[in-house]
Amino acid sequence: MTAEQRAVPGPPPAPSGPSAPALEPLAPLTVPGLGALRQIGQFFALAITVLRMTFKRPFQFREFVEQFWFIASVTILPTALISIPFGAVIALQVGSLLQQFSAQSFTGAGSVVAVVQQASPLIVSLTIAGAGGSAICADLGARKIREELDAMQVMGVSPIQRLVVPRVLAATCVAVLLNGLTSVVGVLGGYFLNVYVQHGTPGAYLSSFAALAQLPDLYISEIKALIFGFLAGVIAAHRGLNPRPGPKGVGDAVNESVVIAFLMLFIVNVVLTAIYLQVVPAKGA
Amino acid sequence: MGIEVVVEGLTKSFGRQNVWRDVSLTLPAGEVSVMLGPSGTGKTVFLKSLVGLLRPERGRVLVDGIDTVSCSERRLYQVRRRFGVMFQDGALFGSLSLFDNVAFPLREHTRLREHEIRDIVLEKMEMVGLGGEEAKLPGEISGGMRKRAGLARALVLDPQIILCDEPDSGLDPVRTAYLSQLLIDLNAEIDATILIVTHNIQIASTVPDNIGMLFRGDLVGFGPREVLLTSEQPVVSQFLEGRRIGPIGMSEEKDVATMALEQAHVEAGHHDGGTGTQSRGIMPQLDPTPGLPVREAVQRRKDRVMTILHTLPARAQQAIMASFSEADRARYLAGAPAAAEAAGPHPGAGTRP
Repeated sequence: MTAEQRAVPGPPPAPSGPSAPALEPLAPLTVPGLGALRQIGQFFALAITVLRMTFKRPFQFREFVEQFWFIASVTILPTALISIPFGAVIALQVGSLLQQFSAQSFTGAGSVVAVVQQASPLIVSLTIAGAGGSAICADLGARKIREELDAMQVMGVSPIQRLVVPRVLAATCVAVLLNGLTSVVGVLGGYFLNVYVQHGTPGAYLSSFAALAQLPDLYISEIKALIFGFLAGVIAAHRGLNPRPGPKGVGDAVNESVVIAFLMLFIVNVVLTAIYLQVVPAKGA
Repeated sequence: MGIEVVVEGLTKSFGRQNVWRDVSLTLPAGEVSVMLGPSGTGKTVFLKSLVGLLRPERGRVLVDGIDTVSCSERRLYQVRRRFGVMFQDGALFGSLSLFDNVAFPLREHTRLREHEIRDIVLEKMEMVGLGGEEAKLPGEISGGMRKRAGLARALVLDPQIILCDEPDSGLDPVRTAYLSQLLIDLNAEIDATILIVTHNIQIASTVPDNIGMLFRGDLVGFGPREVLLTSEQPVVSQFLEGRRIGPIGMSEEKDVATMALEQAHVEAGHHDGGTGTQSRGIMPQLDPTPGLPVREAVQRRKDRVMTILHTLPARAQQAIMASFSEADRARYLAGAPAAAEAAGPHPGAGTRP
């Protein structure tokens, strides 16, 4: 009889610890997919709140500078190291393609367009999401499960204004600035590969720069970096603010934030590129 | 002076799991109240609902006329400044030193100069016995110290309502006694409304003016300390005596078979785990440390209790009368029958000979 087994006298483990460990704020999930919709709704609500609170006084300038410095310090080296081989591989691919058309002198043109318009904002946002976003998510998640965010709210301070806004803005600004660096390094990588490995002529590589590329390519590149940086920051913050309870919940949240950010970046990139190609005609077209 | 917190018909669920339903009570202004309950009955959830960290589905929590359940986020932030909350394990900011932690509310909400902040912070840290530990990080100190630092941080803005989530967990009995004394002294000094959520009988029997108890989703009762301390309800007496015999089990549900079996064990001579009935009865309430002002709440509470005396159980009435001094008896009874006097809102004013 189970009642007998349950009632065997013995020293039971003391029921100490938090008084509501099994209670977890989960919304009732009745329709499949409703949970996902709710998450998306929460995400957009957070994004809008962040935008609104950006202009609300007092701006947390100190926190912003600290986060900016932190994100920049963990992303500069990885992006540079990724963009050199990335630029090189584009130059290699484009170069060998163009060689078949005997148009090797246009290698520079092709690799500049590819690096500036596509590769650079993606590299930047991947490292921002991977290196900066995961740190943001882990930090906020740890604060959440240790009730630091609750304590902050009780003290009348909004965690979104105090912590999330500076982090998202820092991620956005670093993305925009880093995008310039990545473009330059990527193009240089392509140049060195073309000139020293494929024995192209430096003059042809440089002079063909302006053949296909145009100034709006740089604009869209920076706009992409801006949007991607913001998205990566908000995704990291959203996952960090809503982890499942316990240390494992935070670990999962970090994992999710990186995966979601990567997926989101590529989807948004397709949309932005499609719009850009419609709005700005290719050079010479 | 502290402000009153009125809770009306509060119901909270997580998904399909109901935590408690239809909880109604009033935390009287400036008095110390304790909410008891076995682990996992939603005491912490109740506390978080009061400050709007969790939003119950139904009911109202009125703080100074504002309903924290349904008000806007902006109003909520305003109301919260009246609260000081001590979380279960301090909830200190891990990246800041103890000094910066305690100074945080001052830096966010006031325009005090740094040396003024320093004076206030050092005073509060001295008060909770953490003088000289300002530079340490929360990770470098013990759980009890974190708790006390959390209390110091809750106090720096001179809150009108202080909520303490299990102030005793992780503290030894001596430190618990010191903390109890500290809360009573605080109440004497700033006359704040205090709610302590705990399952510690030592605190429940010596600190509060009022006691309530949550069990299996219901408020078993809330009222003057004598009511619960003399209560014969099975849940209450089991809890206060800390024995296994009774409706509270190891798990959330306890079936009849288990209860019968335990009863049989006890009748056969097995210890029921409790401290026995001698631990019942009413211990005198703590007084503020000599030299501090008297607690104004004591007199207010007597006035209030006398107006509702006739509604209380007989044992509670006896206990209340027994706790009165000669002066109290003269004030409230004045030779007339107790029930008649008790009906008036301010019996002391007109009836004195």
